[in-house]
Amino acid sequence: MNGPLHGLRVIEYADERGCYAGKLMADMGAEVIKVEPPQGDPTRQFEPFLDDVPGPERSLYFWHYNTNKQSVVLDLDTDSGRDAFRALLTTADFLVESMPPGYMAERNLDEPDVRPLNGALVYISITPFGRDMPSAHDHATDISIMSRGGITWMNGYDDHSLPPVRGGGNQAYHTGAHYAFMSGLVALLHRDRTGEGQHIDVSMNAAANVTNEAGSYTWLVAQDTVQRQTGRHAAVRPSMPSQVQCADGRWANTGVPPRKPAEFSRIHDWLAEAGLLDDFAEAPLLQLGAERERIDLSRLSEDEELQAIFGAGRNAMTHIASQLTAYEFFTGAQERGFQVGIIYSPEEVLDDPHFKERGWPVELEHPEHGRSFTYPGAPYRFEKTPWSLRKRAPYLGEDTERVLASLGEASAGNAASGAPSTSR
Amino acid sequence: MGQQALSHIRICDFTGQLAGAGATKFLAAFGAEVIRIEDPLNEGRWDILRGMPPYKPGQQGLDHGGAFNNHNVNKLGITLNLRTPEAKEVLRKLVAVSDVVTENFAAGVLDRMGFGYEELKKIRPDIIYVSNCGFGHSGPYVNYKTWGPIVQAVSGLTFSSGLPDQPPAGWGYSYMDHTGAYYMAMAILMALHHRNVTGEGQWVDLACTEAGAALNGPAVLDYSANGRPTRREGQPHANHSDWPAMAPHNIYPADGDDEWVAIACRDDDEWKALAGVIGERWTRDPRFDRLTGRREWQDELDRNIANWTASRGKFEIAEACQAAGLPAAAVNKPEERIDHDPNTEAWGLWPTVQQSAMGDVRVDGIPVHMSQSDWSMERGGPCLGEHNEQVLVDLLGYEQADVERFRQGGVL
Repeated sequence: MNGPLHGLRVIEYADERGCYAGKLMADMGAEVIKVEPPQGDPTRQFEPFLDDVPGPERSLYFWHYNTNKQSVVLDLDTDSGRDAFRALLTTADFLVESMPPGYMAERNLDEPDVRPLNGALVYISITPFGRDMPSAHDHATDISIMSRGGITWMNGYDDHSLPPVRGGGNQAYHTGAHYAFMSGLVALLHRDRTGEGQHIDVSMNAAANVTNEAGSYTWLVAQDTVQRQTGRHAAVRPSMPSQVQCADGRWANTGVPPRKPAEFSRIHDWLAEAGLLDDFAEAPLLQLGAERERIDLSRLSEDEELQAIFGAGRNAMTHIASQLTAYEFFTGAQERGFQVGIIYSPEEVLDDPHFKERGWPVELEHPEHGRSFTYPGAPYRFEKTPWSLRKRAPYLGEDTERVLASLGEASAGNAASGAPSTSR
Repeated sequence: MGQQALSHIRICDFTGQLAGAGATKFLAAFGAEVIRIEDPLNEGRWDILRGMPPYKPGQQGLDHGGAFNNHNVNKLGITLNLRTPEAKEVLRKLVAVSDVVTENFAAGVLDRMGFGYEELKKIRPDIIYVSNCGFGHSGPYVNYKTWGPIVQAVSGLTFSSGLPDQPPAGWGYSYMDHTGAYYMAMAILMALHHRNVTGEGQWVDLACTEAGAALNGPAVLDYSANGRPTRREGQPHANHSDWPAMAPHNIYPADGDDEWVAIACRDDDEWKALAGVIGERWTRDPRFDRLTGRREWQDELDRNIANWTASRGKFEIAEACQAAGLPAAAVNKPEERIDHDPNTEAWGLWPTVQQSAMGDVRVDGIPVHMSQSDWSMERGGPCLGEHNEQVLVDLLGYEQADVERFRQGGVL
């Protein structure tokens, strides 16, 4: 079965800021041709490397972000390279580029320059601030976008002598790429109906700014400022801790503590089943909670017994967690209807029974290494047009000859400067 | 606004909170007609954001929730008590004229309401159905419940957001509710394109934990290919950068209460530029000349830089670094980036919408601009049942008297 973007051609001229948009398209069936400068995309030099041995074909970062893509080497600083790039755009449905503002225009490859070649082209530009913004030429990287865009302000610890924390994994790049892809799809639907292409200006700073949840709307609506807290929502008024360390040293998020009579009953039973009831002095309060006809949280401030019951519910969760492994606590709580989450490290999902049963870890062949490697799997499951990993990230320039030949002799010429790499 | 990119698309929308409502908000901004369905018996409070703070000063109530409004801009809202046969009939009529049905209930809920995918297909064979929940509609955790922080915990995102020798810092908001909504929007749009090409609809099962776990791809591969787990001594250090390798790369204290500045040097030349800005003797230490040395001595480097930044204003530091070609930025507080960043202002990032109960209120806009079919936001989130008449009479062809009868009979 083909993906929903089967039959669409994407030209990608994007570094770490835009390559995820190309991957999202490629994994859903689009033919993505990654155009790289003769020295290769900069992310080929990013750690981690396979077996820690550097090399342009060994970056696991590059592997992840460039699955299912082809690689064509073109030097956009030469006439022949630009000619071939234009020829490629003539055949394309999308261009995804993440060059600094002005870069494409200086090479006569900006949207107005290429529009006469292909009226249906969706031309997507991903830049840190948007192309015409006051700070368009400011320097930016993931941590600066996350900071200027408000995200680091909300991540961190109760102890404000510790710095705000960037979420790991270059998420500001991801967020820009998500919006590039979403808006590219809107443009595709517009084109399905009208035949008309267009230009899309994606601002990573704006994308971070509108991916702030309560941080933004608390200010927009009430002019209040949220303050960061350990492992839970930044808030105007401090809230109760929500992370517990379990018996195996791993952490879990305790989610929403018991609030309904039936929930107090269930946590009391869980303590009993786990043989922990005798160690837990507040157990009678849980029974009081279970015996109440209903619990009205809006009366919490005037009902002292209810406060004690509520506190006992939280303490019971913490107590159970401290006696079980994080996985036992997670599954035990969820089986009893409590929204608890184990705090996995990124690789631990590979061994999780749920992720395994749904086929999330995916094996991808690397013929040159005579083996497959395990990759992150599908972010969504389409019944008829599934996500798929079909091919490992391309070696530098491995598709140059074939792709340029397909454009016709006239435009192929000497477009590729530098021979396609065969090194590993 | 006249014809927009998606104004030919109608969505029968059961979503709520951010993880679901955020997706249909994006589509509504480009003109899709999104009709939210809410349960009148619990006053729509399945979406816990309905009627929840923040409120505009002096307001509160079911129709005044600031978060609800933010995530439901441009949508229509109707109430349907789906325990009644009349409401089920209304819903069948609505599905028959809709392109997409969306929901982010726990797995199985829509099925139990009598409107699972098989039923929807009977009403409209080419219907697109997109479900969104934490663990998806199959597998051992199919009955487990989640919200953003739980999704982030399980998918590895909470763990990778932290500092050495500290508990996970996690995300101070529901990053995966935003991002789950983004994947839901992608899924809807791709399914619509496929239907345009082939005429067939389909079901998309979105599990937010799976979308989230893919957002630490290099870490997953470092383990599967190199056997190196992220759970190890000295990790995670989210304010450092190994991929790509940069040093210095951190968030440093600035002058004032809880003021911070992010500074990064992408290469040796940028370090030289930073050393020039700082201008102190220690920056000439040859151990710091090359990236390998700066990484090896990164803690010492960080302490020295922090000593320098601590007595200076965050904007002053960021400006000086930018002038020297460095990617530095103040850690902006909400007020600073919303009301005082000329970029968000020039972008039109915080449009004012008119909400029937709240009046004028600013909301999150969209961080893209499109040359031919750009977004717009005018109407705030619907009050409970605000568009019952409009949808039932104008769209579904009921008589005014039917609507009155439904109101009396507890159908709406």
